[in-house]
Amino acid sequence: MLGEDILDPYGGAFKVTKGMSSRWPERVLTTPISEAAFTGIAAGMALRGARPVIEIMFGDFITLAFDQIANHITKFSMMYNGGVECPVVIRAPMGGGRGYGPTHSQSLEKHFIGIPGLNVAPISRFHDLDSFYSHFILKESRPTLIIENKKMYGQEYIGTVTEHRIFNVDLKGGPIPSVLLTPVSTGKADVCLISYSGGGDIAIDAAEELLMEHEIHTSVLILGSLSPLPLTVLEEAITDVSQVVVVEEGSRVSGIGAEIAAALMEQCFHKLRAPIQRITSGDGIIPCAADKEARFLPGPKSVIDQVLRMPGVS
Amino acid sequence: MYAEGRLTGTIHTCIGQEACAVGVVTPLLDDDIIVSNHRCHGHYLARYMDIKGLVAEIMGLDSGICGGIGGSQHLYRENFYSNGIQGGMVPAALGMVLAESKKRKDSISVAFIGDGTLGQGIVYESMNIASLWSVPILFVIENNLYAQSTPISLNLAGSIADRPKSFGIEARSCGNDLEDIYATAASMTEYVRNERKPACMIINTYRLAAHSKGDDTRDFDELKHWKGNDPMLAVRTSLGPLADDLEIECRHFVDREIEGIDGSQGNHGRNSG
Ligand SMILES: Cc1ncc(C[n+]2csc(CCOP(=O)(O)OP(=O)(O)O)c2C)c(N)n1
Repeated sequence: MLGEDILDPYGGAFKVTKGMSSRWPERVLTTPISEAAFTGIAAGMALRGARPVIEIMFGDFITLAFDQIANHITKFSMMYNGGVECPVVIRAPMGGGRGYGPTHSQSLEKHFIGIPGLNVAPISRFHDLDSFYSHFILKESRPTLIIENKKMYGQEYIGTVTEHRIFNVDLKGGPIPSVLLTPVSTGKADVCLISYSGGGDIAIDAAEELLMEHEIHTSVLILGSLSPLPLTVLEEAITDVSQVVVVEEGSRVSGIGAEIAAALMEQCFHKLRAPIQRITSGDGIIPCAADKEARFLPGPKSVIDQVLRMPGVS
Repeated sequence: MYAEGRLTGTIHTCIGQEACAVGVVTPLLDDDIIVSNHRCHGHYLARYMDIKGLVAEIMGLDSGICGGIGGSQHLYRENFYSNGIQGGMVPAALGMVLAESKKRKDSISVAFIGDGTLGQGIVYESMNIASLWSVPILFVIENNLYAQSTPISLNLAGSIADRPKSFGIEARSCGNDLEDIYATAASMTEYVRNERKPACMIINTYRLAAHSKGDDTRDFDELKHWKGNDPMLAVRTSLGPLADDLEIECRHFVDREIEGIDGSQGNHGRNSG
Protein backbone atom coordinates (compact mmCIF):
# COMPACT_ATOMS: atom_id res chain seq x y z
CA MET A 1 0.00 0.00 0.00
CA LEU A 2 1.48 3.34 -1.05
CA GLY A 3 0.20 6.88 -0.68
CA GLU A 4 0.49 10.21 1.08
CA ASP A 5 -0.08 10.56 4.82
CA ILE A 6 -1.37 7.00 5.12
CA LEU A 7 0.49 6.03 8.30
CA ASP A 8 -1.08 5.78 11.74
CA PRO A 9 -2.15 7.59 13.77
CA TYR A 10 -3.30 9.84 10.92
CA GLY A 11 -4.36 6.99 8.67
CA GLY A 12 -4.87 8.93 5.45
CA ALA A 13 -6.73 12.13 4.66
CA PHE A 14 -10.02 10.20 4.74
CA LYS A 15 -8.86 7.64 7.33
CA VAL A 16 -9.33 4.74 4.94
CA THR A 17 -5.94 3.21 5.78
CA LYS A 18 -6.27 3.73 9.53
CA GLY A 19 -4.83 0.80 11.44
CA MET A 20 -3.05 -0.70 8.46
CA SER A 21 0.43 0.63 9.13
CA SER A 22 0.28 -0.54 12.75
CA ARG A 23 -0.67 -3.99 11.63
CA TRP A 24 1.62 -4.28 8.60
CA PRO A 25 4.39 -1.71 9.11
CA GLU A 26 6.60 -2.99 6.27
CA ARG A 27 3.77 -3.15 3.78
CA VAL A 28 2.37 0.34 4.19
CA LEU A 29 4.64 2.95 2.65
CA THR A 30 3.92 6.60 3.16
CA THR A 31 5.32 8.56 0.25
CA PRO A 32 6.46 12.08 -0.41
CA ILE A 33 4.00 14.25 -2.37
CA SER A 34 5.01 12.49 -5.58
CA GLU A 35 1.95 11.04 -7.26
CA ALA A 36 3.70 10.33 -10.55
CA ALA A 37 6.61 8.61 -8.85
CA PHE A 38 4.69 6.41 -6.45
CA THR A 39 2.25 5.37 -9.16
CA GLY A 40 5.24 4.37 -11.28
CA ILE A 41 6.83 2.59 -8.33
CA ALA A 42 3.64 0.58 -7.90
CA ALA A 43 3.84 -0.26 -11.59
CA GLY A 44 7.34 -1.64 -11.08
CA MET A 45 6.24 -3.64 -8.08
CA ALA A 46 3.31 -5.11 -9.99
CA LEU A 47 5.51 -6.02 -12.95
CA ARG A 48 7.60 -8.13 -10.60
CA GLY A 49 4.72 -10.00 -9.03
CA ALA A 50 3.65 -7.77 -6.14
CA ARG A 51 0.06 -6.63 -5.65
CA PRO A 52 0.36 -2.93 -4.87
CA VAL A 53 -2.54 -0.68 -3.91
CA ILE A 54 -2.05 3.05 -4.12
CA GLU A 55 -4.12 5.82 -2.64
CA ILE A 56 -4.48 9.10 -4.48
CA MET A 57 -5.34 11.42 -1.58
CA PHE A 58 -7.92 13.41 -3.54
CA GLY A 59 -8.97 11.89 -6.86
CA ASP A 60 -8.21 15.23 -8.49
CA PHE A 61 -4.48 14.58 -8.04
CA ILE A 62 -4.67 11.53 -10.30
CA THR A 63 -3.93 13.89 -13.17
CA LEU A 64 -0.35 13.98 -11.92
CA ALA A 65 -0.17 10.20 -12.36
CA PHE A 66 -1.95 10.18 -15.71
CA ASP A 67 1.14 9.46 -17.77
CA GLN A 68 2.06 6.51 -15.59
CA ILE A 69 -1.46 5.12 -16.02
CA ALA A 70 -2.00 5.88 -19.70
CA ASN A 71 1.50 5.30 -21.09
CA HIS A 72 2.97 2.81 -18.68
CA ILE A 73 0.74 0.74 -16.39
CA THR A 74 -1.91 -0.01 -19.02
CA LYS A 75 0.57 -0.39 -21.85
CA PHE A 76 2.99 -2.98 -20.53
CA SER A 77 0.92 -6.12 -20.85
CA MET A 78 -0.26 -5.56 -24.42
CA MET A 79 2.90 -3.82 -25.60
CA TYR A 80 5.05 -6.72 -24.44
CA ASN A 81 2.65 -9.06 -26.22
CA GLY A 82 1.19 -10.53 -23.05
CA GLY A 83 4.57 -11.30 -21.54
CA VAL A 84 3.86 -9.35 -18.37
CA GLU A 85 0.99 -8.23 -16.15
CA CYS A 86 0.71 -5.00 -14.21
CA PRO A 87 -2.23 -5.32 -11.81
CA VAL A 88 -1.82 -2.07 -9.90
CA VAL A 89 -4.89 -1.02 -7.92
CA ILE A 90 -5.40 2.73 -7.70
CA ARG A 91 -7.92 4.04 -5.18
CA ALA A 92 -9.18 7.53 -5.85
CA PRO A 93 -11.71 9.47 -3.76
CA MET A 94 -13.81 11.49 -6.18
CA GLY A 95 -16.75 13.79 -5.88
CA GLY A 96 -17.88 17.00 -4.23
CA GLY A 97 -20.46 18.13 -1.76
CA ARG A 98 -17.95 18.94 0.94
CA GLY A 99 -16.99 22.47 0.00
CA TYR A 100 -13.46 21.60 -1.11
CA GLY A 101 -13.75 23.58 -4.31
CA PRO A 102 -12.51 23.32 -7.87
CA THR A 103 -9.34 21.22 -7.39
CA HIS A 104 -10.49 18.87 -4.64
CA SER A 105 -14.04 17.86 -5.63
CA GLN A 106 -14.03 16.58 -9.17
CA SER A 107 -15.20 13.27 -10.60
CA LEU A 108 -12.49 12.56 -13.14
CA GLU A 109 -13.29 8.91 -13.86
CA LYS A 110 -14.60 9.74 -17.32
CA HIS A 111 -11.05 10.51 -18.41
CA PHE A 112 -10.06 6.94 -17.62
CA ILE A 113 -12.85 4.83 -19.07
CA GLY A 114 -11.37 5.08 -22.53
CA ILE A 115 -7.93 3.80 -21.62
CA PRO A 116 -7.62 0.30 -23.06
CA GLY A 117 -6.61 -2.30 -20.51
CA LEU A 118 -7.80 -0.41 -17.43
CA ASN A 119 -10.67 -1.51 -15.22
CA VAL A 120 -12.61 1.41 -13.79
CA ALA A 121 -14.68 0.20 -10.86
CA PRO A 122 -16.86 2.45 -8.70
CA ILE A 123 -17.62 1.13 -5.24
CA SER A 124 -21.06 1.82 -3.81
CA ARG A 125 -22.64 1.41 -0.41
CA PHE A 126 -24.38 -1.74 -1.72
CA HIS A 127 -21.25 -3.58 -2.73
CA ASP A 128 -19.70 -6.15 -0.45
CA LEU A 129 -16.50 -4.36 0.50
CA ASP A 130 -14.48 -7.47 1.06
CA SER A 131 -15.24 -9.20 -2.21
CA PHE A 132 -15.04 -5.95 -4.17
CA TYR A 133 -11.55 -5.01 -3.02
CA SER A 134 -10.16 -8.51 -2.79
CA HIS A 135 -11.25 -9.21 -6.36
CA PHE A 136 -9.21 -6.35 -7.78
CA ILE A 137 -6.32 -6.60 -5.37
CA LEU A 138 -5.84 -10.36 -5.50
CA LYS A 139 -7.51 -11.80 -8.59
CA GLU A 140 -7.39 -9.30 -11.43
CA SER A 141 -4.62 -9.46 -13.97
CA ARG A 142 -5.35 -5.97 -15.30
CA PRO A 143 -4.77 -2.67 -13.53
CA THR A 144 -7.80 -1.13 -11.84
CA LEU A 145 -8.91 2.33 -10.90
CA ILE A 146 -11.35 2.18 -7.99
CA ILE A 147 -13.61 5.19 -7.63
CA GLU A 148 -14.71 5.96 -4.09
CA ASN A 149 -17.15 8.81 -3.65
CA LYS A 150 -15.94 11.00 -0.77
CA LYS A 151 -19.41 11.43 0.65
CA MET A 152 -19.54 7.69 1.25
CA TYR A 153 -16.84 7.91 3.93
CA GLY A 154 -19.30 9.64 6.21
CA GLN A 155 -22.30 7.52 5.31
CA GLU A 156 -23.71 4.32 6.68
CA TYR A 157 -22.53 1.21 4.86
CA ILE A 158 -25.42 -0.87 3.54
CA GLY A 159 -23.77 -3.96 2.06
CA THR A 160 -25.58 -6.75 0.26
CA VAL A 161 -29.25 -6.55 1.20
CA THR A 162 -32.38 -7.80 -0.51
CA GLU A 163 -34.48 -4.77 0.33
CA HIS A 164 -33.68 -1.11 0.78
CA ARG A 165 -36.32 1.49 1.57
CA ILE A 166 -39.08 0.90 -0.99
CA PHE A 167 -36.95 -1.21 -3.31
CA ASN A 168 -36.04 -4.81 -3.91
CA VAL A 169 -32.31 -5.13 -4.34
CA ASP A 170 -30.76 -7.59 -6.78
CA LEU A 171 -27.16 -8.15 -7.75
CA LYS A 172 -26.67 -8.48 -11.48
CA GLY A 173 -23.73 -9.83 -13.43
CA GLY A 174 -20.17 -10.30 -12.29
CA PRO A 175 -17.45 -10.77 -11.28
CA ILE A 176 -18.25 -7.45 -9.66
CA PRO A 177 -22.01 -7.20 -9.76
CA SER A 178 -24.10 -4.17 -10.48
CA VAL A 179 -26.95 -3.42 -8.11
CA LEU A 180 -30.52 -3.17 -9.39
CA LEU A 181 -33.18 -1.58 -7.20
CA THR A 182 -36.79 -2.00 -8.29
CA PRO A 183 -39.87 -0.72 -6.49
CA VAL A 184 -41.20 -3.42 -4.16
CA SER A 185 -44.80 -2.52 -5.00
CA THR A 186 -44.69 -3.46 -8.67
CA GLY A 187 -41.41 -5.25 -9.17
CA LYS A 188 -40.99 -3.41 -12.43
CA ALA A 189 -40.44 0.12 -13.58
CA ASP A 190 -41.30 2.63 -16.24
CA VAL A 191 -38.15 4.70 -15.80
CA CYS A 192 -34.64 3.40 -15.24
CA LEU A 193 -31.99 5.58 -13.62
CA ILE A 194 -28.45 4.40 -14.24
CA SER A 195 -25.70 5.60 -11.95
CA TYR A 196 -22.71 4.50 -9.88
CA SER A 197 -20.95 5.15 -6.60
CA GLY A 198 -22.25 8.32 -4.88
CA GLY A 199 -24.56 9.06 -7.80
CA GLY A 200 -26.56 6.01 -6.74
CA ASP A 201 -27.81 7.88 -3.68
CA ILE A 202 -29.07 10.73 -5.81
CA ALA A 203 -30.85 8.27 -8.07
CA ILE A 204 -32.41 6.37 -5.17
CA ASP A 205 -33.75 9.54 -3.56
CA ALA A 206 -35.14 10.62 -6.91
CA ALA A 207 -36.69 7.22 -7.63
CA GLU A 208 -38.37 7.14 -4.24
CA GLU A 209 -39.86 10.58 -4.67
CA LEU A 210 -40.94 9.81 -8.23
CA LEU A 211 -42.93 6.86 -6.95
CA MET A 212 -44.30 8.42 -3.76
CA GLU A 213 -45.15 11.84 -5.14
CA HIS A 214 -45.72 11.23 -8.83
CA GLU A 215 -46.58 7.52 -9.07
CA ILE A 216 -43.82 6.94 -11.57
CA HIS A 217 -42.27 3.54 -11.06
CA THR A 218 -38.56 4.01 -11.25
CA SER A 219 -35.70 1.54 -10.94
CA VAL A 220 -32.09 2.33 -10.19
CA LEU A 221 -29.08 0.50 -11.59
CA ILE A 222 -25.85 1.12 -9.68
CA LEU A 223 -23.00 -0.03 -11.85
CA GLY A 224 -20.18 -2.13 -10.44
CA SER A 225 -17.97 -1.38 -13.42
CA LEU A 226 -17.61 1.59 -15.74
CA SER A 227 -14.96 -0.03 -17.84
CA PRO A 228 -15.72 -2.51 -19.17
CA LEU A 229 -19.42 -1.60 -19.13
CA PRO A 230 -21.67 -4.54 -18.15
CA LEU A 231 -23.69 -4.45 -21.35
CA THR A 232 -25.90 -7.44 -20.65
CA VAL A 233 -26.84 -6.02 -17.26
CA LEU A 234 -27.53 -2.63 -18.80
CA GLU A 235 -29.70 -4.16 -21.50
CA GLU A 236 -31.69 -6.15 -19.01
CA ALA A 237 -32.22 -3.11 -16.80
CA ILE A 238 -33.59 -0.95 -19.59
CA THR A 239 -35.77 -3.63 -21.13
CA ASP A 240 -39.44 -2.60 -21.00
CA VAL A 241 -38.86 0.84 -19.51
CA SER A 242 -39.93 3.89 -21.45
CA GLN A 243 -37.24 6.26 -20.21
CA VAL A 244 -33.58 5.90 -19.37
CA VAL A 245 -31.61 8.54 -17.48
CA VAL A 246 -27.93 8.35 -16.61
CA VAL A 247 -27.00 10.21 -13.44
CA GLU A 248 -23.38 11.17 -12.84
CA GLU A 249 -21.60 13.81 -10.78
CA GLY A 250 -18.95 14.59 -13.36
CA SER A 251 -19.17 17.03 -16.23
CA ARG A 252 -21.39 16.33 -19.20
CA VAL A 253 -19.42 16.26 -22.41
CA SER A 254 -17.72 12.95 -23.18
CA GLY A 255 -18.92 11.67 -19.85
CA ILE A 256 -19.97 8.29 -18.50
CA GLY A 257 -23.53 9.01 -19.65
CA ALA A 258 -22.38 9.64 -23.20
CA GLU A 259 -20.58 6.31 -23.28
CA ILE A 260 -23.51 4.42 -21.79
CA ALA A 261 -25.92 6.02 -24.24
CA ALA A 262 -23.71 5.15 -27.20
CA ALA A 263 -23.16 1.60 -25.95
CA LEU A 264 -26.90 1.02 -25.40
CA MET A 265 -27.70 2.33 -28.84
CA GLU A 266 -25.26 -0.10 -30.38
CA GLN A 267 -26.35 -2.96 -28.17
CA CYS A 268 -30.13 -2.66 -28.17
CA PHE A 269 -31.36 0.36 -30.06
CA HIS A 270 -34.70 -1.36 -30.70
CA LYS A 271 -35.44 -1.52 -27.00
CA LEU A 272 -35.07 2.19 -26.40
CA ARG A 273 -38.35 4.05 -26.51
CA ALA A 274 -36.93 7.54 -26.06
CA PRO A 275 -33.56 9.26 -26.25
CA ILE A 276 -31.38 8.51 -23.26
CA GLN A 277 -31.04 11.55 -21.01
CA ARG A 278 -28.06 12.64 -18.94
CA ILE A 279 -28.01 14.34 -15.55
CA THR A 280 -24.57 15.74 -14.80
CA SER A 281 -22.92 18.62 -13.01
CA GLY A 282 -23.08 22.08 -14.56
CA ASP A 283 -20.80 23.37 -17.24
CA GLY A 284 -17.90 24.91 -15.35
CA ILE A 285 -15.92 24.31 -12.18
CA ILE A 286 -17.09 23.22 -8.76
CA PRO A 287 -17.43 26.24 -6.47
CA CYS A 288 -16.28 26.23 -2.86
CA ALA A 289 -19.28 28.09 -1.48
CA ALA A 290 -21.84 25.60 -0.19
CA ASP A 291 -24.88 27.13 -1.87
CA LYS A 292 -23.12 27.56 -5.20
CA GLU A 293 -21.73 24.03 -5.04
CA ALA A 294 -25.16 22.61 -4.29
CA ARG A 295 -26.61 24.38 -7.32
CA PHE A 296 -23.76 23.16 -9.50
CA LEU A 297 -23.81 19.46 -8.62
CA PRO A 298 -26.67 17.19 -9.64
CA GLY A 299 -29.19 16.24 -6.98
CA PRO A 300 -32.44 14.31 -6.79
CA LYS A 301 -34.37 17.38 -7.88
CA SER A 302 -32.56 17.68 -11.19
CA VAL A 303 -33.30 14.01 -11.88
CA ILE A 304 -36.95 14.34 -10.96
CA ASP A 305 -37.38 17.47 -13.08
CA GLN A 306 -35.82 15.71 -16.04
CA VAL A 307 -38.07 12.67 -15.71
CA LEU A 308 -41.18 14.84 -15.39
CA ARG A 309 -40.17 16.79 -18.48
CA MET A 310 -40.02 13.67 -20.59
CA PRO A 311 -42.89 13.06 -22.95
CA GLY A 312 -44.96 10.01 -22.21
CA VAL A 313 -44.17 9.96 -18.50
CA SER A 314 -46.65 10.93 -15.76
CA MET B 1 -17.45 29.07 12.54
CA TYR B 2 -17.37 25.57 11.07
CA ALA B 3 -19.55 24.40 13.92
CA GLU B 4 -21.97 27.22 13.23
CA GLY B 5 -22.11 26.21 9.58
CA ARG B 6 -20.76 29.59 8.45
CA LEU B 7 -17.69 27.93 6.96
CA THR B 8 -17.53 24.78 4.88
CA GLY B 9 -14.74 23.01 3.06
CA THR B 10 -11.21 23.18 4.30
CA ILE B 11 -8.70 25.81 5.37
CA HIS B 12 -4.94 26.02 5.88
CA THR B 13 -3.92 28.82 8.20
CA CYS B 14 -0.48 30.46 8.29
CA ILE B 15 -0.41 30.71 12.09
CA GLY B 16 3.27 30.51 13.07
CA GLN B 17 4.36 31.34 9.53
CA GLU B 18 3.17 34.95 9.43
CA ALA B 19 6.73 36.27 9.28
CA CYS B 20 7.41 34.32 6.06
CA ALA B 21 4.58 36.13 4.35
CA VAL B 22 5.34 39.61 5.65
CA GLY B 23 9.10 39.29 5.32
CA VAL B 24 9.08 38.07 1.74
CA VAL B 25 6.26 40.19 0.39
CA THR B 26 7.33 43.53 1.92
CA PRO B 27 10.37 44.13 -0.31
CA LEU B 28 8.40 43.34 -3.47
CA LEU B 29 7.29 45.99 -5.94
CA ASP B 30 3.68 46.39 -6.96
CA ASP B 31 4.22 44.82 -10.36
CA ASP B 32 5.94 41.71 -9.06
CA ILE B 33 4.05 38.47 -9.40
CA ILE B 34 3.31 36.13 -6.52
CA VAL B 35 2.20 32.56 -6.89
CA SER B 36 1.16 30.78 -3.78
CA ASN B 37 -0.16 27.46 -2.59
CA HIS B 38 -2.85 26.06 -0.31
CA ARG B 39 -1.37 27.99 2.65
CA CYS B 40 -1.91 31.33 0.97
CA HIS B 41 -3.80 33.57 3.38
CA GLY B 42 -0.68 35.18 4.86
CA HIS B 43 0.89 35.76 1.46
CA TYR B 44 -2.30 37.38 0.25
CA LEU B 45 -2.83 39.57 3.30
CA ALA B 46 0.80 40.68 3.32
CA ARG B 47 0.33 41.79 -0.25
CA TYR B 48 -3.06 43.49 -0.14
CA MET B 49 -4.12 43.82 3.54
CA ASP B 50 -7.54 42.85 2.25
CA ILE B 51 -9.06 41.06 5.22
CA LYS B 52 -12.59 41.71 4.11
CA GLY B 53 -12.11 40.19 0.65
CA LEU B 54 -10.26 37.16 1.99
CA VAL B 55 -12.68 36.39 4.80
CA ALA B 56 -15.64 36.81 2.45
CA GLU B 57 -13.96 34.44 0.01
CA ILE B 58 -13.36 31.80 2.67
CA MET B 59 -16.99 32.15 3.73
CA GLY B 60 -18.12 31.58 0.16
CA LEU B 61 -19.74 34.98 -0.22
CA ASP B 62 -20.30 36.82 -3.48
CA SER B 63 -18.23 39.68 -2.07
CA GLY B 64 -15.18 37.42 -1.77
CA ILE B 65 -12.24 38.11 -4.03
CA CYS B 66 -13.21 35.18 -6.27
CA GLY B 67 -16.93 35.34 -5.58
CA GLY B 68 -16.73 32.44 -3.14
CA ILE B 69 -15.96 30.08 -5.99
CA GLY B 70 -12.25 29.64 -5.31
CA GLY B 71 -12.48 29.56 -1.55
CA SER B 72 -9.61 29.31 0.90
CA GLN B 73 -6.90 27.97 -1.40
CA HIS B 74 -7.78 29.34 -4.82
CA LEU B 75 -7.19 33.08 -4.67
CA TYR B 76 -6.61 35.61 -7.40
CA ARG B 77 -6.17 39.33 -7.38
CA GLU B 78 -4.08 41.46 -9.75
CA ASN B 79 -0.60 39.92 -9.50
CA PHE B 80 -1.47 37.23 -6.99
CA TYR B 81 -2.45 33.67 -7.87
CA SER B 82 -2.81 30.57 -5.67
CA ASN B 83 -3.87 27.01 -6.31
CA GLY B 84 -4.36 23.90 -4.20
CA ILE B 85 -2.37 21.51 -6.38
CA GLN B 86 1.10 21.18 -4.89
CA GLY B 87 3.85 22.42 -7.17
CA GLY B 88 1.55 23.08 -10.09
CA MET B 89 1.88 26.85 -9.92
CA VAL B 90 5.66 26.94 -10.05
CA PRO B 91 6.01 26.71 -13.85
CA ALA B 92 3.23 29.28 -14.21
CA ALA B 93 5.33 31.67 -12.13
CA LEU B 94 8.13 31.25 -14.63
CA GLY B 95 5.80 31.79 -17.55
CA MET B 96 4.23 34.89 -16.07
CA VAL B 97 7.49 36.64 -15.46
CA LEU B 98 8.79 35.62 -18.88
CA ALA B 99 5.73 37.32 -20.38
CA GLU B 100 6.05 40.37 -18.12
CA SER B 101 9.74 40.74 -18.90
CA LYS B 102 8.77 41.59 -22.45
CA LYS B 103 6.82 44.57 -21.11
CA ARG B 104 9.10 45.84 -18.37
CA LYS B 105 12.63 45.04 -17.49
CA ASP B 106 12.50 44.94 -13.71
CA SER B 107 9.60 42.70 -12.73
CA ILE B 108 10.23 39.43 -10.95
CA SER B 109 8.09 36.62 -9.72
CA VAL B 110 8.00 34.80 -6.43
CA ALA B 111 6.79 31.23 -5.97
CA PHE B 112 5.95 30.01 -2.49
CA ILE B 113 6.09 26.27 -1.84
CA GLY B 114 6.35 24.10 1.26
CA ASP B 115 9.03 21.53 2.06
CA GLY B 116 6.61 18.73 1.23
CA THR B 117 6.18 20.06 -2.27
CA LEU B 118 9.82 19.27 -2.96
CA GLY B 119 8.37 15.82 -3.67
CA GLN B 120 6.93 17.09 -6.94
CA GLY B 121 9.07 16.62 -10.03
CA ILE B 122 7.69 19.74 -11.67
CA VAL B 123 9.52 21.85 -9.09
CA TYR B 124 12.85 20.54 -10.39
CA GLU B 125 11.80 20.79 -14.02
CA SER B 126 11.01 24.43 -13.30
CA MET B 127 14.26 25.06 -11.45
CA ASN B 128 16.22 23.60 -14.33
CA ILE B 129 14.49 25.80 -16.90
CA ALA B 130 14.66 28.87 -14.65
CA SER B 131 18.41 28.52 -14.46
CA LEU B 132 18.82 27.55 -18.10
CA TRP B 133 16.80 30.52 -19.35
CA SER B 134 17.83 32.99 -16.61
CA VAL B 135 14.29 33.51 -15.38
CA PRO B 136 13.98 36.23 -12.69
CA ILE B 137 12.10 34.17 -10.12
CA LEU B 138 12.56 33.77 -6.40
CA PHE B 139 11.64 30.30 -5.17
CA VAL B 140 10.60 30.56 -1.54
CA ILE B 141 10.57 27.29 0.36
CA GLU B 142 8.75 27.51 3.66
CA ASN B 143 10.21 24.57 5.49
CA ASN B 144 7.85 23.96 8.38
CA LEU B 145 9.15 20.41 8.88
CA TYR B 146 5.84 18.77 7.99
CA ALA B 147 3.67 18.02 5.04
CA GLN B 148 0.18 17.47 6.36
CA SER B 149 0.81 14.60 8.85
CA THR B 150 4.18 13.53 7.45
CA PRO B 151 7.41 14.70 9.11
CA ILE B 152 10.18 15.83 6.83
CA SER B 153 12.26 12.80 7.82
CA LEU B 154 9.79 10.58 5.93
CA ASN B 155 9.45 12.97 3.00
CA LEU B 156 12.79 14.37 2.02
CA ALA B 157 16.28 13.00 1.39
CA GLY B 158 19.39 15.17 1.16
CA SER B 159 19.63 18.89 1.70
CA ILE B 160 17.07 21.45 0.57
CA ALA B 161 19.66 24.08 -0.32
CA ASP B 162 21.67 21.65 -2.43
CA ARG B 163 18.68 21.18 -4.71
CA PRO B 164 18.58 24.69 -6.24
CA LYS B 165 22.37 24.86 -6.03
CA SER B 166 22.69 21.77 -8.22
CA PHE B 167 20.90 23.72 -10.95
CA GLY B 168 23.27 26.65 -10.48
CA ILE B 169 20.66 28.63 -8.54
CA GLU B 170 21.80 30.90 -5.71
CA ALA B 171 20.31 29.70 -2.41
CA ARG B 172 20.16 31.09 1.12
CA SER B 173 18.46 30.04 4.33
CA CYS B 174 17.02 32.03 7.21
CA GLY B 175 15.17 31.45 10.46
CA ASN B 176 11.61 32.08 11.54
CA ASP B 177 12.23 35.70 12.45
CA LEU B 178 10.74 38.68 10.69
CA GLU B 179 13.92 40.78 10.58
CA ASP B 180 15.94 37.85 9.31
CA ILE B 181 13.39 36.88 6.67
CA TYR B 182 12.95 40.46 5.54
CA ALA B 183 16.70 41.07 5.24
CA THR B 184 17.20 37.84 3.30
CA ALA B 185 14.23 38.50 1.03
CA ALA B 186 15.30 42.09 0.39
CA SER B 187 18.75 41.11 -0.75
CA MET B 188 17.59 38.09 -2.73
CA THR B 189 14.83 39.93 -4.56
CA GLU B 190 17.35 42.64 -5.39
CA TYR B 191 19.67 39.96 -6.78
CA VAL B 192 16.89 38.40 -8.87
CA ARG B 193 15.75 41.82 -10.10
CA ASN B 194 19.17 43.12 -11.04
CA GLU B 195 20.89 39.97 -12.23
CA ARG B 196 17.76 38.63 -13.99
CA LYS B 197 18.51 35.23 -12.56
CA PRO B 198 16.62 32.79 -10.34
CA ALA B 199 17.34 32.45 -6.65
CA CYS B 200 16.00 30.32 -3.86
CA MET B 201 15.31 31.25 -0.28
CA ILE B 202 14.66 28.67 2.38
CA ILE B 203 12.81 29.73 5.51
CA ASN B 204 13.08 27.42 8.49
CA THR B 205 9.70 27.93 10.03
CA TYR B 206 6.97 25.98 11.81
CA ARG B 207 3.22 25.98 11.65
CA LEU B 208 1.63 26.42 15.04
CA ALA B 209 -1.87 25.36 14.09
CA ALA B 210 -3.20 22.18 12.53
CA HIS B 211 -2.46 21.39 8.88
CA SER B 212 -6.04 22.10 7.95
CA LYS B 213 -9.20 22.09 10.00
CA GLY B 214 -8.16 20.04 13.00
CA ASP B 215 -5.89 17.19 12.07
CA ASP B 216 -2.76 17.50 14.20
CA THR B 217 -0.78 14.46 15.26
CA ARG B 218 2.46 16.25 16.19
CA ASP B 219 4.34 15.88 19.43
CA PHE B 220 3.07 18.19 22.12
CA ASP B 221 6.51 19.08 23.49
CA GLU B 222 7.76 19.92 20.03
CA LEU B 223 4.76 22.17 19.52
CA LYS B 224 5.40 23.85 22.85
CA HIS B 225 9.01 24.47 21.93
CA TRP B 226 8.00 26.15 18.71
CA LYS B 227 5.31 28.20 20.42
CA GLY B 228 8.21 29.81 22.24
CA ASN B 229 9.66 30.64 18.81
CA ASP B 230 6.48 32.21 17.52
CA PRO B 231 7.66 35.06 15.29
CA MET B 232 4.79 37.17 16.60
CA LEU B 233 6.34 37.04 20.06
CA ALA B 234 9.61 38.41 18.71
CA VAL B 235 7.75 41.19 16.94
CA ARG B 236 5.91 41.99 20.15
CA THR B 237 9.15 42.16 22.11
CA SER B 238 10.80 44.41 19.57
CA LEU B 239 7.82 46.76 19.64
CA GLY B 240 8.09 47.14 23.40
CA PRO B 241 5.29 49.12 25.04
CA LEU B 242 3.77 49.92 21.64
CA ALA B 243 2.77 46.30 21.15
CA ASP B 244 -0.42 46.37 23.21
CA ASP B 245 -1.79 49.48 21.56
CA LEU B 246 -0.93 48.14 18.16
CA GLU B 247 -2.63 44.87 18.88
CA ILE B 248 -5.80 46.62 19.96
CA GLU B 249 -5.67 48.74 16.85
CA CYS B 250 -5.20 45.63 14.67
CA ARG B 251 -8.11 43.86 16.30
CA HIS B 252 -10.32 46.87 15.75
CA PHE B 253 -9.20 47.03 12.16
CA VAL B 254 -10.05 43.37 11.62
CA ASP B 255 -13.36 43.74 13.40
CA ARG B 256 -14.29 46.70 11.24
CA GLU B 257 -13.34 44.79 8.11
CA ILE B 258 -15.46 41.76 8.87
CA GLU B 259 -18.35 43.44 10.66
CA GLY B 260 -21.61 42.22 9.19
CA ILE B 261 -19.73 40.54 6.38
CA ASP B 262 -22.36 37.89 5.74
CA GLY B 263 -25.28 39.94 6.91
CA SER B 264 -25.22 38.34 10.36
CA GLN B 265 -23.95 39.81 13.66
CA GLY B 266 -20.45 41.26 13.74
CA ASN B 267 -17.56 39.44 15.29
CA HIS B 268 -16.69 41.80 18.14
CA GLY B 269 -14.72 40.27 20.92
CA ARG B 270 -13.80 37.16 18.97
CA ASN B 271 -10.18 36.26 18.71
CA SER B 272 -9.36 37.49 15.28
CA GLY B 273 -5.66 38.19 15.78
C1 LIG C 1 -0.54 17.34 -6.00
C2 LIG C 1 -1.05 17.36 -4.62
N1 LIG C 1 -0.89 16.26 -3.85
C3 LIG C 1 -1.37 16.24 -2.58
C4 LIG C 1 -2.01 17.32 -2.06
C5 LIG C 1 -2.61 17.27 -0.66
N2 LIG C 1 -1.89 18.14 0.24
C6 LIG C 1 -2.32 19.41 0.50
S1 LIG C 1 -1.28 20.24 1.47
C7 LIG C 1 -0.22 18.94 1.57
C8 LIG C 1 1.04 19.06 2.33
C9 LIG C 1 1.89 20.12 1.77
O1 LIG C 1 3.07 20.19 2.48
P1 LIG C 1 4.07 21.38 2.28
O2 LIG C 1 4.36 21.60 0.84
O3 LIG C 1 5.23 21.12 3.16
O4 LIG C 1 3.27 22.66 2.78
P2 LIG C 1 2.67 22.92 4.22
O5 LIG C 1 1.31 22.32 4.24
O6 LIG C 1 3.58 22.33 5.23
O7 LIG C 1 2.59 24.39 4.31
C10 LIG C 1 -0.71 17.85 0.85
C11 LIG C 1 -0.07 16.54 0.76
C12 LIG C 1 -2.17 18.44 -2.90
N3 LIG C 1 -2.82 19.54 -2.49
N4 LIG C 1 -1.67 18.45 -4.16
